Amino acid sequence: MPRAKVKRTSTTIDMTAMCDVSFLLLTFFILTATAVQPEPMPVDTPASVTQVKVPDENFALITVGDGGKYFFTIKGRDIRSRALELMSEKYSIPFTAEEKKEFAIMETFGVPMGNLKEILAMDANDRVRQGLQPGIPADTTKEVSNQLFHWIYSARVATKELKDEEMRLSIKGDADEKYPAIKGVIDILQSQEVNKFSLITGLRSEDF
Amino acid sequence: MAELNQDSGGDKKGGKIRSKKAGGRVDLTAMVDLAFLLITFFMLTTSLNKPNAMDVAMPDKNEDDPEDRLEVADNRTMTLLLGSNNKIEWYMGTYSEPIEGPEIVDYGKDGIRPILLDKLEEVPQITGDPEKGLIVVIRPSEKSTHRNLVDILDEMNIVEAKQYTIGTISEPEIEVLERDGIYND
Repeated sequence: MPRAKVKRTSTTIDMTAMCDVSFLLLTFFILTATAVQPEPMPVDTPASVTQVKVPDENFALITVGDGGKYFFTIKGRDIRSRALELMSEKYSIPFTAEEKKEFAIMETFGVPMGNLKEILAMDANDRVRQGLQPGIPADTTKEVSNQLFHWIYSARVATKELKDEEMRLSIKGDADEKYPAIKGVIDILQSQEVNKFSLITGLRSEDF
Repeated sequence: MAELNQDSGGDKKGGKIRSKKAGGRVDLTAMVDLAFLLITFFMLTTSLNKPNAMDVAMPDKNEDDPEDRLEVADNRTMTLLLGSNNKIEWYMGTYSEPIEGPEIVDYGKDGIRPILLDKLEEVPQITGDPEKGLIVVIRPSEKSTHRNLVDILDEMNIVEAKQYTIGTISEPEIEVLERDGIYND
Protein backbone atom coordinates (compact mmCIF):
# COMPACT_ATOMS: atom_id res chain seq x y z
CA MET A 1 0.00 0.00 0.00
CA PRO A 2 1.43 3.31 -0.98
CA ARG A 3 1.91 5.86 1.62
CA ALA A 4 -0.66 8.65 1.61
CA LYS A 5 1.06 11.74 0.38
CA VAL A 6 0.58 14.95 2.28
CA LYS A 7 0.12 17.65 -0.23
CA ARG A 8 2.61 20.39 0.29
CA THR A 9 1.27 23.89 0.02
CA SER A 10 3.55 26.60 -1.12
CA THR A 11 4.85 28.74 1.71
CA THR A 12 5.51 31.80 -0.39
CA ILE A 13 2.67 34.20 -1.11
CA ASP A 14 2.71 36.59 -3.98
CA MET A 15 3.37 39.94 -2.38
CA THR A 16 3.27 42.04 -5.52
CA ALA A 17 -0.33 43.20 -5.22
CA MET A 18 -0.01 43.91 -1.53
CA CYS A 19 3.15 45.87 -2.17
CA ASP A 20 1.38 47.89 -4.86
CA VAL A 21 -1.52 48.73 -2.59
CA SER A 22 0.62 49.63 0.36
CA PHE A 23 2.80 51.95 -1.65
CA LEU A 24 -0.24 53.58 -3.17
CA LEU A 25 -1.56 54.29 0.31
CA LEU A 26 1.84 55.44 1.44
CA THR A 27 2.04 57.92 -1.42
CA PHE A 28 -1.43 59.18 -0.56
CA PHE A 29 -0.58 59.76 3.08
CA ILE A 30 2.71 61.43 2.31
CA LEU A 31 1.05 63.82 -0.11
CA THR A 32 -1.84 64.70 2.19
CA ALA A 33 0.38 65.16 5.24
CA THR A 34 1.06 68.79 6.00
CA ALA A 35 4.62 69.60 6.78
CA VAL A 36 5.05 70.86 10.30
CA GLN A 37 6.59 74.28 10.23
CA PRO A 38 9.08 75.09 12.94
CA GLU A 39 7.72 77.67 15.36
CA PRO A 40 9.77 80.59 16.61
CA MET A 41 8.18 80.21 20.05
CA PRO A 42 6.98 76.72 20.92
CA VAL A 43 4.32 76.68 23.62
CA ASP A 44 2.90 73.94 25.76
CA THR A 45 -0.86 74.18 25.37
CA PRO A 46 -3.22 73.09 28.15
CA ALA A 47 -5.39 70.02 27.63
CA SER A 48 -9.15 69.77 27.25
CA VAL A 49 -11.75 67.21 26.24
CA THR A 50 -12.74 69.27 23.17
CA GLN A 51 -12.58 67.23 19.98
CA VAL A 52 -13.04 70.04 17.47
CA LYS A 53 -10.02 70.43 15.22
CA VAL A 54 -8.65 73.77 14.11
CA PRO A 55 -9.64 74.86 10.61
CA ASP A 56 -7.10 74.99 7.79
CA GLU A 57 -8.05 78.24 6.14
CA ASN A 58 -9.38 81.69 6.98
CA PHE A 59 -7.67 81.28 10.24
CA ALA A 60 -5.26 83.27 12.37
CA LEU A 61 -3.58 82.40 15.58
CA ILE A 62 -2.23 84.55 18.38
CA THR A 63 0.40 82.71 20.35
CA VAL A 64 1.04 83.85 23.89
CA GLY A 65 4.01 82.52 25.76
CA ASP A 66 7.38 83.16 27.33
CA GLY A 67 6.09 85.69 29.84
CA GLY A 68 3.56 87.54 27.73
CA LYS A 69 5.15 87.65 24.27
CA TYR A 70 2.71 87.81 21.39
CA PHE A 71 3.30 86.03 18.10
CA PHE A 72 0.92 86.13 15.17
CA THR A 73 0.21 83.39 12.64
CA ILE A 74 -1.86 83.90 9.51
CA LYS A 75 -2.80 80.90 7.37
CA GLY A 76 -2.85 81.38 3.62
CA ARG A 77 -0.23 83.13 1.51
CA ASP A 78 -2.59 85.49 -0.28
CA ILE A 79 -4.09 86.72 2.98
CA ARG A 80 -0.64 87.23 4.47
CA SER A 81 0.46 89.30 1.48
CA ARG A 82 -2.64 91.46 1.61
CA ALA A 83 -2.33 91.94 5.37
CA LEU A 84 1.27 93.11 4.92
CA GLU A 85 0.18 95.61 2.28
CA LEU A 86 -2.44 97.03 4.63
CA MET A 87 0.06 97.22 7.48
CA SER A 88 2.67 98.81 5.26
CA GLU A 89 0.20 101.57 4.38
CA LYS A 90 -0.82 102.02 8.00
CA TYR A 91 2.71 102.35 9.32
CA SER A 92 4.16 103.99 6.17
CA ILE A 93 6.87 101.36 5.88
CA PRO A 94 7.34 100.37 2.24
CA PHE A 95 8.42 96.82 1.47
CA THR A 96 10.24 95.62 -1.62
CA ALA A 97 8.79 92.88 -3.83
CA GLU A 98 11.46 90.55 -2.49
CA GLU A 99 10.45 91.20 1.11
CA LYS A 100 6.78 90.73 0.31
CA LYS A 101 7.55 87.38 -1.25
CA GLU A 102 9.52 86.39 1.80
CA PHE A 103 6.70 87.46 4.10
CA ALA A 104 4.17 85.40 2.14
CA ILE A 105 5.98 82.21 3.09
CA MET A 106 6.60 83.19 6.71
CA GLU A 107 3.71 81.78 8.68
CA THR A 108 4.50 82.99 12.20
CA PHE A 109 6.28 86.10 13.31
CA GLY A 110 6.70 88.12 16.46
CA VAL A 111 8.56 91.35 15.80
CA PRO A 112 7.59 95.02 15.92
CA MET A 113 6.89 96.60 12.51
CA GLY A 114 10.21 98.43 12.57
CA ASN A 115 12.17 95.20 12.87
CA LEU A 116 10.20 93.24 10.30
CA LYS A 117 12.71 93.99 7.54
CA GLU A 118 15.56 92.53 9.57
CA ILE A 119 13.68 89.31 10.11
CA LEU A 120 12.67 89.08 6.46
CA ALA A 121 16.30 89.44 5.41
CA MET A 122 17.25 86.46 7.54
CA ASP A 123 17.41 82.84 6.55
CA ALA A 124 14.27 80.85 7.38
CA ASN A 125 16.20 78.61 9.74
CA ASP A 126 17.74 81.49 11.68
CA ARG A 127 14.36 83.15 12.09
CA VAL A 128 12.97 80.42 14.28
CA ARG A 129 15.85 80.57 16.71
CA GLN A 130 14.34 80.86 20.15
CA GLY A 131 14.49 84.18 21.90
CA LEU A 132 15.34 86.02 18.69
CA GLN A 133 11.95 87.54 18.02
CA PRO A 134 10.81 89.78 20.88
CA GLY A 135 7.05 89.55 20.24
CA ILE A 136 4.57 91.99 18.75
CA PRO A 137 3.99 95.08 20.91
CA ALA A 138 0.47 95.44 22.25
CA ASP A 139 -1.38 97.68 24.66
CA THR A 140 -4.96 98.54 25.45
CA THR A 141 -5.47 101.39 22.96
CA LYS A 142 -6.53 101.43 19.34
CA GLU A 143 -3.56 103.62 18.33
CA VAL A 144 -0.62 102.64 16.13
CA SER A 145 1.33 101.63 19.22
CA ASN A 146 -0.95 98.64 19.58
CA GLN A 147 0.57 96.74 16.68
CA LEU A 148 -1.09 93.43 17.52
CA PHE A 149 -4.48 95.12 17.23
CA HIS A 150 -3.65 96.35 13.73
CA TRP A 151 -2.18 93.04 12.59
CA ILE A 152 -5.35 91.25 13.61
CA TYR A 153 -7.46 93.94 12.03
CA SER A 154 -5.50 93.87 8.76
CA ALA A 155 -5.69 90.09 8.58
CA ARG A 156 -9.44 90.26 9.09
CA VAL A 157 -9.84 92.91 6.41
CA ALA A 158 -7.68 90.85 4.04
CA THR A 159 -9.79 87.75 4.62
CA LYS A 160 -12.97 89.69 4.05
CA GLU A 161 -11.63 91.18 0.82
CA LEU A 162 -10.21 88.00 -0.65
CA LYS A 163 -12.48 85.27 0.64
CA ASP A 164 -15.57 87.25 1.63
CA GLU A 165 -15.63 85.36 4.89
CA GLU A 166 -15.16 86.22 8.51
CA MET A 167 -11.75 85.21 9.74
CA ARG A 168 -11.62 82.79 12.62
CA LEU A 169 -9.28 83.71 15.42
CA SER A 170 -7.71 81.54 18.03
CA ILE A 171 -5.56 82.09 21.04
CA LYS A 172 -2.81 79.61 21.67
CA GLY A 173 -1.54 80.22 25.14
CA ASP A 174 1.13 78.49 27.13
CA ALA A 175 -0.42 76.53 29.98
CA ASP A 176 1.65 78.34 32.61
CA GLU A 177 1.07 81.79 31.19
CA LYS A 178 -0.60 84.11 33.71
CA TYR A 179 -4.12 85.23 32.97
CA PRO A 180 -3.41 88.97 32.34
CA ALA A 181 -1.39 88.10 29.22
CA ILE A 182 -4.32 86.12 27.83
CA LYS A 183 -6.74 88.79 28.96
CA GLY A 184 -4.74 91.31 26.91
CA VAL A 185 -5.48 89.38 23.73
CA ILE A 186 -9.13 88.85 24.63
CA ASP A 187 -9.49 92.60 25.20
CA ILE A 188 -7.93 93.37 21.83
CA LEU A 189 -10.32 90.95 20.14
CA GLN A 190 -13.28 92.41 21.99
CA SER A 191 -12.30 95.95 21.06
CA GLN A 192 -12.72 94.81 17.42
CA GLU A 193 -16.04 93.24 18.35
CA VAL A 194 -14.73 89.75 17.92
CA ASN A 195 -16.64 88.08 20.70
CA LYS A 196 -16.30 84.56 19.40
CA PHE A 197 -12.93 82.96 19.18
CA SER A 198 -11.35 79.74 20.27
CA LEU A 199 -8.63 78.59 22.58
CA ILE A 200 -6.15 76.07 21.25
CA THR A 201 -5.78 73.05 23.46
CA GLY A 202 -4.27 69.63 23.32
CA LEU A 203 -6.21 66.46 23.88
CA ARG A 204 -6.70 65.44 27.46
CA SER A 205 -5.59 61.90 28.01
CA GLU A 206 -5.54 61.55 31.77
CA ASP A 207 -8.65 61.05 33.88
CA PHE A 208 -9.70 64.56 34.72
CA MET B 1 19.12 40.04 -18.46
CA ALA B 2 16.31 42.46 -18.78
CA GLU B 3 13.82 40.42 -20.74
CA LEU B 4 11.08 38.48 -19.10
CA ASN B 5 11.53 34.82 -18.49
CA GLN B 6 9.12 33.32 -20.87
CA ASP B 7 9.21 29.71 -21.63
CA SER B 8 9.33 29.75 -25.36
CA GLY B 9 8.62 26.07 -25.55
CA GLY B 10 10.07 25.94 -29.02
CA ASP B 11 13.41 24.32 -28.41
CA LYS B 12 12.48 21.33 -26.36
CA LYS B 13 14.60 19.02 -28.32
CA GLY B 14 16.95 17.41 -25.98
CA GLY B 15 15.35 18.54 -22.83
CA LYS B 16 18.76 18.73 -21.29
CA ILE B 17 20.07 22.11 -22.17
CA ARG B 18 17.85 24.49 -20.30
CA SER B 19 18.32 28.20 -20.40
CA LYS B 20 19.12 29.29 -16.88
CA LYS B 21 16.18 31.10 -15.38
CA ALA B 22 16.99 34.43 -13.85
CA GLY B 23 15.23 34.95 -10.50
CA GLY B 24 11.74 36.10 -11.54
CA ARG B 25 10.60 36.59 -7.98
CA VAL B 26 11.93 39.02 -5.48
CA ASP B 27 11.00 38.56 -1.86
CA LEU B 28 8.74 41.53 -1.22
CA THR B 29 7.99 40.78 2.43
CA ALA B 30 10.50 43.24 3.83
CA MET B 31 9.38 45.91 1.41
CA VAL B 32 5.73 45.45 2.36
CA ASP B 33 6.68 45.57 6.03
CA LEU B 34 8.44 48.84 5.55
CA ALA B 35 5.62 50.30 3.50
CA PHE B 36 3.06 49.45 6.15
CA LEU B 37 5.23 50.86 8.87
CA LEU B 38 5.44 54.14 7.00
CA ILE B 39 1.69 54.13 6.28
CA THR B 40 0.97 53.70 9.97
CA PHE B 41 3.34 56.51 10.81
CA PHE B 42 1.82 58.94 8.34
CA MET B 43 -1.72 57.99 9.26
CA LEU B 44 -1.13 58.65 12.93
CA THR B 45 0.82 61.86 12.51
CA THR B 46 -1.70 63.47 10.15
CA SER B 47 -4.67 63.08 12.44
CA LEU B 48 -3.05 63.39 15.84
CA ASN B 49 -0.91 66.38 15.10
CA LYS B 50 -3.76 68.80 14.74
CA PRO B 51 -4.53 70.72 17.92
CA ASN B 52 -8.07 71.15 19.15
CA ALA B 53 -9.96 74.41 19.22
CA MET B 54 -12.21 75.19 22.14
CA ASP B 55 -14.80 77.78 21.25
CA VAL B 56 -15.34 80.67 23.59
CA ALA B 57 -18.00 83.32 23.30
CA MET B 58 -17.53 86.47 25.30
CA PRO B 59 -20.39 88.80 26.18
CA ASP B 60 -20.59 91.94 24.11
CA LYS B 61 -18.74 94.79 25.75
CA ASN B 62 -21.47 97.33 25.15
CA GLU B 63 -19.35 100.43 25.57
CA ASP B 64 -22.13 102.77 24.48
CA ASP B 65 -24.49 102.02 27.29
CA PRO B 66 -22.78 100.46 30.30
CA GLU B 67 -25.92 100.86 32.39
CA ASP B 68 -27.87 98.51 30.16
CA ARG B 69 -27.46 95.32 32.08
CA LEU B 70 -29.47 92.24 32.64
CA GLU B 71 -30.37 91.69 36.26
CA VAL B 72 -30.30 88.09 37.36
CA ALA B 73 -31.43 86.59 40.61
CA ASP B 74 -28.78 85.98 43.26
CA ASN B 75 -29.90 82.44 43.86
CA ARG B 76 -29.09 81.51 40.27
CA THR B 77 -25.57 82.86 40.04
CA MET B 78 -22.54 80.96 41.08
CA THR B 79 -19.24 82.78 41.00
CA LEU B 80 -15.95 80.98 40.59
CA LEU B 81 -12.86 82.95 41.53
CA LEU B 82 -9.76 81.40 40.03
CA GLY B 83 -6.91 81.93 42.44
CA SER B 84 -3.30 80.86 42.51
CA ASN B 85 -1.97 77.38 43.41
CA ASN B 86 -4.62 75.78 41.15
CA LYS B 87 -7.45 76.54 43.57
CA ILE B 88 -10.95 77.85 43.00
CA GLU B 89 -13.03 79.79 45.49
CA TRP B 90 -16.71 79.60 44.80
CA TYR B 91 -19.83 81.16 46.24
CA MET B 92 -23.48 81.57 45.38
CA GLY B 93 -25.04 85.01 45.21
CA THR B 94 -22.98 88.10 45.93
CA TYR B 95 -19.59 88.22 47.64
CA SER B 96 -20.82 90.50 50.42
CA GLU B 97 -23.76 88.28 51.32
CA PRO B 98 -23.05 84.88 49.86
CA ILE B 99 -25.96 82.45 50.01
CA GLU B 100 -23.48 79.62 50.16
CA GLY B 101 -19.72 79.54 50.51
CA PRO B 102 -17.18 80.90 49.90
CA GLU B 103 -15.33 77.64 49.80
CA ILE B 104 -11.96 76.69 48.36
CA VAL B 105 -11.89 73.66 46.07
CA ASP B 106 -9.60 72.05 43.52
CA TYR B 107 -10.13 71.51 39.82
CA GLY B 108 -11.28 68.25 38.35
CA LYS B 109 -13.60 65.44 39.21
CA ASP B 110 -12.99 65.48 42.97
CA GLY B 111 -13.07 69.27 43.29
CA ILE B 112 -15.48 71.55 41.53
CA ARG B 113 -17.39 68.98 39.47
CA PRO B 114 -19.66 67.48 42.15
CA ILE B 115 -20.54 70.99 43.36
CA LEU B 116 -21.41 72.13 39.84
CA LEU B 117 -23.50 69.05 39.15
CA ASP B 118 -25.25 69.52 42.44
CA LYS B 119 -26.09 73.15 41.73
CA LEU B 120 -27.15 72.44 38.15
CA GLU B 121 -29.80 70.14 39.52
CA GLU B 122 -30.74 72.25 42.51
CA VAL B 123 -31.18 75.70 40.96
CA PRO B 124 -34.09 74.92 38.57
CA GLN B 125 -35.93 73.42 41.54
CA ILE B 126 -35.42 76.56 43.62
CA THR B 127 -36.53 78.89 40.84
CA GLY B 128 -39.31 76.51 39.89
CA ASP B 129 -38.65 76.97 36.20
CA PRO B 130 -36.55 74.50 34.20
CA GLU B 131 -35.59 77.35 31.86
CA LYS B 132 -34.03 79.31 34.70
CA GLY B 133 -31.00 77.25 35.45
CA LEU B 134 -27.65 77.97 36.97
CA ILE B 135 -25.54 80.86 35.68
CA VAL B 136 -21.85 80.42 36.27
CA VAL B 137 -19.61 83.46 36.34
CA ILE B 138 -15.93 82.67 35.94
CA ARG B 139 -13.63 85.34 37.30
CA PRO B 140 -9.97 84.58 36.75
CA SER B 141 -7.63 86.54 38.99
CA GLU B 142 -4.27 87.84 37.85
CA LYS B 143 -2.53 85.02 39.65
CA SER B 144 -4.34 82.25 37.82
CA THR B 145 -2.81 80.64 34.76
CA HIS B 146 -4.08 79.95 31.29
CA ARG B 147 -4.32 76.28 32.22
CA ASN B 148 -6.79 77.16 34.99
CA LEU B 149 -8.99 79.03 32.54
CA VAL B 150 -9.00 76.18 30.03
CA ASP B 151 -9.63 73.66 32.79
CA ILE B 152 -12.65 75.49 34.10
CA LEU B 153 -14.08 76.06 30.61
CA ASP B 154 -13.52 72.39 29.97
CA GLU B 155 -15.37 71.62 33.18
CA MET B 156 -18.32 73.65 31.87
CA ASN B 157 -18.36 71.44 28.78
CA ILE B 158 -18.13 68.28 30.86
CA VAL B 159 -21.00 69.13 33.20
CA GLU B 160 -22.93 70.65 30.27
CA ALA B 161 -23.53 73.97 31.94
CA LYS B 162 -25.62 76.01 29.53
CA GLN B 163 -24.97 79.48 30.82
CA TYR B 164 -21.53 80.59 31.79
CA THR B 165 -19.49 83.68 31.21
CA ILE B 166 -15.99 84.96 31.81
CA GLY B 167 -16.03 88.11 33.87
CA THR B 168 -13.58 90.54 35.39
CA ILE B 169 -12.61 90.13 39.00
CA SER B 170 -13.35 93.04 41.34
CA GLU B 171 -11.24 94.50 44.14
CA PRO B 172 -13.31 93.05 47.05
CA GLU B 173 -13.12 89.62 45.45
CA ILE B 174 -9.34 89.84 45.25
CA GLU B 175 -9.40 90.65 48.95
CA VAL B 176 -11.39 87.49 49.56
CA LEU B 177 -8.73 85.51 47.72
CA GLU B 178 -5.94 87.27 49.62
CA ARG B 179 -7.64 86.53 52.92
CA ASP B 180 -7.84 82.86 52.08
CA GLY B 181 -4.23 82.74 50.93
CA ILE B 182 -4.74 81.78 47.31
CA TYR B 183 -3.45 84.99 45.77
CA ASN B 184 0.27 84.28 45.65
CA ASP B 185 2.76 84.30 42.84
